[in-house]
Amino acid sequence: MDIPQLPLADWIDSALEILTDQFAGATRTISSFIETGIDAMVNGLMWPPPWVVIGTFTLIAWRVAGIRVAIFTVIGLGLLWDLQLWYPTMQTLTLVTIATLIAVAIGTPLGVVAALSRNAYRVIFPILDFMQTMPAFVYLIPAIPFFGLGPVSAIFSTVIFAMPPAIRLTTLGIRQVPPDLVEAADAFGSTKAQKLFKVQLPLAVPTIMAGVNQTIMLALSMVVIAAMIGAEGLGGKVWTAIQRNEAGMGFQAGLAVVILAMILDRITQRIARGNKPV
Amino acid sequence: MSSDQAPKIAVRSLTKVFGSEPEEALALLTKGLTKQQIYEQTGQAVGVANATFDAFEGETLVIMGLSGSGKSSLIRCINRLNEPTAGEILIDGEDITRLHQKDLLSLRRKRFGMVFQHFALFPHRTIRRNTEYGLEIQGVAPEERRDRALKALKRVGLEGWEDAVPGQLSGGMQQRVGLARALAVDPDILLMDEAFSALDPLIRRDMQQELVALQSEMHKTIVFITHDLDEALFLGNRIVLMKDARIEQIGTAEEILSSPATPYVERFVEEVDKSKVLSVSAVMHAPSTVAYPTDGPRTVLRKMEEHGFSLLCVVDPDHTHRGIVRDEAALASAQRGEKSIRGIIEPGIPPVAPDAPLRDLVPVLAEAPMPAPVVDEGGKLLGVVVRASLLRGLATGAPGNGAEPAEKAA
Repeated sequence: MDIPQLPLADWIDSALEILTDQFAGATRTISSFIETGIDAMVNGLMWPPPWVVIGTFTLIAWRVAGIRVAIFTVIGLGLLWDLQLWYPTMQTLTLVTIATLIAVAIGTPLGVVAALSRNAYRVIFPILDFMQTMPAFVYLIPAIPFFGLGPVSAIFSTVIFAMPPAIRLTTLGIRQVPPDLVEAADAFGSTKAQKLFKVQLPLAVPTIMAGVNQTIMLALSMVVIAAMIGAEGLGGKVWTAIQRNEAGMGFQAGLAVVILAMILDRITQRIARGNKPV
Repeated sequence: MSSDQAPKIAVRSLTKVFGSEPEEALALLTKGLTKQQIYEQTGQAVGVANATFDAFEGETLVIMGLSGSGKSSLIRCINRLNEPTAGEILIDGEDITRLHQKDLLSLRRKRFGMVFQHFALFPHRTIRRNTEYGLEIQGVAPEERRDRALKALKRVGLEGWEDAVPGQLSGGMQQRVGLARALAVDPDILLMDEAFSALDPLIRRDMQQELVALQSEMHKTIVFITHDLDEALFLGNRIVLMKDARIEQIGTAEEILSSPATPYVERFVEEVDKSKVLSVSAVMHAPSTVAYPTDGPRTVLRKMEEHGFSLLCVVDPDHTHRGIVRDEAALASAQRGEKSIRGIIEPGIPPVAPDAPLRDLVPVLAEAPMPAPVVDEGGKLLGVVVRASLLRGLATGAPGNGAEPAEKAA
């Protein structure tokens, strides 16, 4: 028996079409803005010789995360340079950095709102469930009509894919501030803003940073997938390797992603843990 | 603390119901249903039912009850951390239940200091920045708040710890910071919610003594919550006893111990088994001076003057207890030109044995403001018990400060 099919796909298409038309100006502005940012950062990273960049990262790793992470950083990045993967690695690093910055800039305030308002929580959290269970590839499709093929579309879908932990862990971090500390802040007559900025947010920082760490990891995995819609970098290398059936080249690029992920992970994890009281 | 003075805090028919339909619970409360019955019928939890009491300036008012009695809900109504469901709370005559948010914040900032059971120090701030918190949110300039915080820390004996973080301090020290944080804003009213309950017994006793010492300088209005009768007896000028959201009795330590208003209070008081177990000898101390029947009135007056007493115990040369002599009687006797005080000796409080239970003295000392003599089987004076050392003994089970152990003195 045939029942009439709900034209869900058509509705979504026409909704997207309307959105694309309506916001063409805005998307073009955002697009060129982000593109400028990407170019500037990639050029900035490529301008000094690679050993300078490797040295800088190693120094940061050493200061933040200790000698072992520093040794791993110098060997790992040195290997990538040697494998002729320096340029795609810097491209991927740029995409991850910019996508993470945008995701955190949007996600943290949303997380705060969801923590403080029950209604906001009821709206935001189901959307997060939706965002996280939707197959990541689906985000690639609407990105193209909005921003065209290329790195901006990649960043758009990466931001959507990587933002949920930034929101979730901000909310969690604020909600798990011990209630007696919140009560103490109230008892001394704190306004809501004073309570938030002097007590709740500072105490939530380790959890928020754990969210940032997860966002970075998700962003890294997504910029590889986003190679399908024109993101360059290590993902692009993997994508080319798939098309040409070159397992060795694909593995090299994949290894580069792993090395980059481990360096970023160790450094941000350490930042999350190492908060000193003032 | 006299009753003709206007109360600092006046709580009038205060009721707090936790739940979505407090009206229903209020109606049942006026019908006289208990907290338990109301919860079963409506699902509304009554925190405080129809509480009325006063707290006066300079007074330490202890609200005592077991957990679930509503004492924590009550103290939180006083600064509206809990929004009262019905009733009034007057601070210096102003009903604060009607204040708007802005005035409420300013009331909390300037008038109240609060100390919490589990300290509630901010772990991300140093001791100094914790102490500054109240001043910081008032917008006090950094220099000034630093000075005031350091002063408050000095007051609680934590000089030199200002750059430590709460995690580095012991429980007792953390609660000193809690106290300093509350004192830094120089509030009129200190709300102390089970402030010493999380501390181990020795530290706890130190803190109680220190609070009494601080209070004798500061004359704040302190509302102190505890579940511990010993602590209540030691700290409280007056005690409010709560059970199942209602106030059972309000009174001084003596009143509550000697005439419990309800069977519940009686049972509660019996919990202070120390007063039954503890004997008179534990709290008595040797009189620093005595009068002899052969002494002339002027000699007796000089002895009184030297030691700052208004009456002395009279003993025979072999230390047999004879009675007491008062200063006004000695003065009159001196004016009459009498040679000895034989004629003006009064019996005073009947002597007690050193192994008599301490509790027997409670009604006696509540009545008469004079020392109770402790005598041995032969009627010889061993020592005296004064009201302060009795209460101290009841509160802590140990002799009072400055009193020498009886055996040594005798």
